Amino acid sequence: MVDTNELLSLDDLHAAGSIRTGRKHVLSVLVENKPGVLTRVSGLFTRRGFNIDTLSVGPTDDERISRITLTLDGASQPIDQVTKQLHKLINVLKIKDLEPAETVARELALFKVSVDAQTRSEVRELAEVFRGKVVDIGKRSIIVEITGERSKIEAFEKLVRSYGLVEMIRTGEVAISRGREET
Amino acid sequence: MRAVDAIMECLKAEGVDVVFGYPGGANLPTYDAFYDAGIHHVLVRHEAGAGHAAEGYAKATGKVGVAFGTSGPGATNLVTPIMDAMMDSVPVVFFTGQVRTELLGTDGFQEADTIGITMPAVKHSFLITDPRELPRTIHEAFHIAGTGRPGPVVIDLPMDLSKADIPYEPVTDVHLPGYQPRTTGNAKQIRQAARALAASRRPVFYTGGGVISAGAHEELRELVRYGGFPITSTLMGLGAYPAPDPQWLGMLGMHGTRTANYSIDEADLVVVIGARFDDRVTGKLSEFAPRAKFVHIDVDPAEVSKNIPAHIPLVGDAKLVLPKLLEEYRALDADKARLDAWWQRIRTWQERHPLRYEPAEGTEIKPQSVVEAIYTVTGGEAIISSDVGQHQMWGAQYYHYPEPRRWINSGGLGTMGFGLPAAIGAQMGVPDRLNVVITGDGSIQMNIQELATIRQEGLPIKVVILNNGYLGMVRQWQELFWQERYSSVDMNTFGGEEAFPDFVKLADAYGIRGVRLTDSTSLEDDLRAAFEAEGPAFIDVRVTRDEKVYPMIAPGEPARNMVG
Repeated sequence: MVDTNELLSLDDLHAAGSIRTGRKHVLSVLVENKPGVLTRVSGLFTRRGFNIDTLSVGPTDDERISRITLTLDGASQPIDQVTKQLHKLINVLKIKDLEPAETVARELALFKVSVDAQTRSEVRELAEVFRGKVVDIGKRSIIVEITGERSKIEAFEKLVRSYGLVEMIRTGEVAISRGREET
Repeated sequence: MRAVDAIMECLKAEGVDVVFGYPGGANLPTYDAFYDAGIHHVLVRHEAGAGHAAEGYAKATGKVGVAFGTSGPGATNLVTPIMDAMMDSVPVVFFTGQVRTELLGTDGFQEADTIGITMPAVKHSFLITDPRELPRTIHEAFHIAGTGRPGPVVIDLPMDLSKADIPYEPVTDVHLPGYQPRTTGNAKQIRQAARALAASRRPVFYTGGGVISAGAHEELRELVRYGGFPITSTLMGLGAYPAPDPQWLGMLGMHGTRTANYSIDEADLVVVIGARFDDRVTGKLSEFAPRAKFVHIDVDPAEVSKNIPAHIPLVGDAKLVLPKLLEEYRALDADKARLDAWWQRIRTWQERHPLRYEPAEGTEIKPQSVVEAIYTVTGGEAIISSDVGQHQMWGAQYYHYPEPRRWINSGGLGTMGFGLPAAIGAQMGVPDRLNVVITGDGSIQMNIQELATIRQEGLPIKVVILNNGYLGMVRQWQELFWQERYSSVDMNTFGGEEAFPDFVKLADAYGIRGVRLTDSTSLEDDLRAAFEAEGPAFIDVRVTRDEKVYPMIAPGEPARNMVG
């Protein structure tokens, strides 16, 4: 970037540089279960200008260790730099860039859909097709729980939008590798 | 044992004999422990001074520096040195006081979220929540700061915990499961690098501060001399390969030599060691060494292929990798004559484009000539600490560094006010060597209060101010790129009676000998006299006001378009 007084076009401001893979990545990051670790991870992303699509944190079978599952867009993020920079955090123990074909990934979403007497059953039928669960029914709304891969959740979202989506919440993906080997 | 006394025991176990700091409310217990701990505590006049002094100590000795500050403003005043140490990979452990545990998060008096504020600027940090963890934490902090790619570590200690009575037992092992710097280097990659070197006809070595951090200068010299390779370095790497030397091309980058920059531009192989392709080195990144393949050796995997993809990435400690690379290269028995044409081309550049400046007329003093005079008077044997600006570039260009750890400056962050406190640390760490500060009239005023520290410690530091009355580097850019609109760069330090402050009188106020030099014809003798006199000296040299640093790669330009 030129740092003189020429006006810069917005295109010029787009960062050049590292290699982009062009696909979605799921990073499974094992971290020490200590205060401030999530701040360090998210702070690193802010500072280096990396964007996270989804992030979920939870305990593992070892209470000293937590797992952070991150999804990132490899078209806009230099995944190689992301993992290398993450590795530099002292509390990060292990990072695995999960191969999509070798990975089981799930996300949970809750949809609150506005319904009336007539559309209520339609939404319930849709939920059934998606193997969703109706977890709350009111006079004017219904809440559906869907678990699955991101594409399934996005497909369901598209369908119920026409009925009036009041709100939606998603957990972010969690993922585990297939087979005997540990993630 | 009180937790604070355990701190002292840990410091001694780490071999620390001098620390830099400033007391306050939240670290009173620590200072009570300093009272009779037998560790030399240098009382600075501003926490930034403590941080930079600890950096100067670390850079001059290779050991881990230590700085102390209190909570709140004490800690925030340390933020600049912490970031500085991060950018230049300097091993420093910073101890900050913190308010009592029960006050944490309540906006207590002198409370600041030190861990939060410093998080993006540290290699690692610790908030102590259990005083029994303190000894282990301190040893972990030293281990993290000083190994792998060195860097700053912060330990934030709430006051109540610092007074706790804890069982103290020496810690002999450090266990950090998430921290295992890779050091040996992949054998296959090393062999590939050797092959690439043997096949190259226009190779150049481009080395950085990492070679000095790794203590790998001897290994570097052996390899470069055996192969007869041309070598240049970044600002941070000066001294790893000795200057002057027939194979030394001078510094690389924005104000490097034309020879170094042209060589990189035409090279077919660039061997990068402990350097990170900073924008001040590469100029326009896409046109940096456009014909070259890169071998990139660094202990930090994240640096390899960060800015420029490496053809042969080599993660490892230069001290371990370089001897193996030499061994592999030796086995290939490459013909040295293949480099003859390349050297011929390099010699032509050297003859055509030496570093040069217009000589002064009459008694006027050119700033470059001051640095040359310092070089002559010290025989190249001083430790030079520099501030940031034009004087820094002249200090890099016109002083020649025969050994590493002789050139101490703020490269990555470019912190004005770094030089004087850094020299305090360097002098404390290497007491027998002459320490000189090269500074400017702008930079010196950013931490000038440390003159009191010099006086108090009786340090014989010689401060040379290249006084042109301007923030010279900013002025240079305004002249060259901003149509000579000189906005806020006149410092009023130049001229007759009306100039202020009067640096000579100011030195006098601190009880330090002040000298003003205005005559080029006696410059060298005057400098020698000031250097030879006992004790510190504060030397105000009035230099050409509008001198510019050349040559220069204009911002966004490729190296081959250097000007000046």
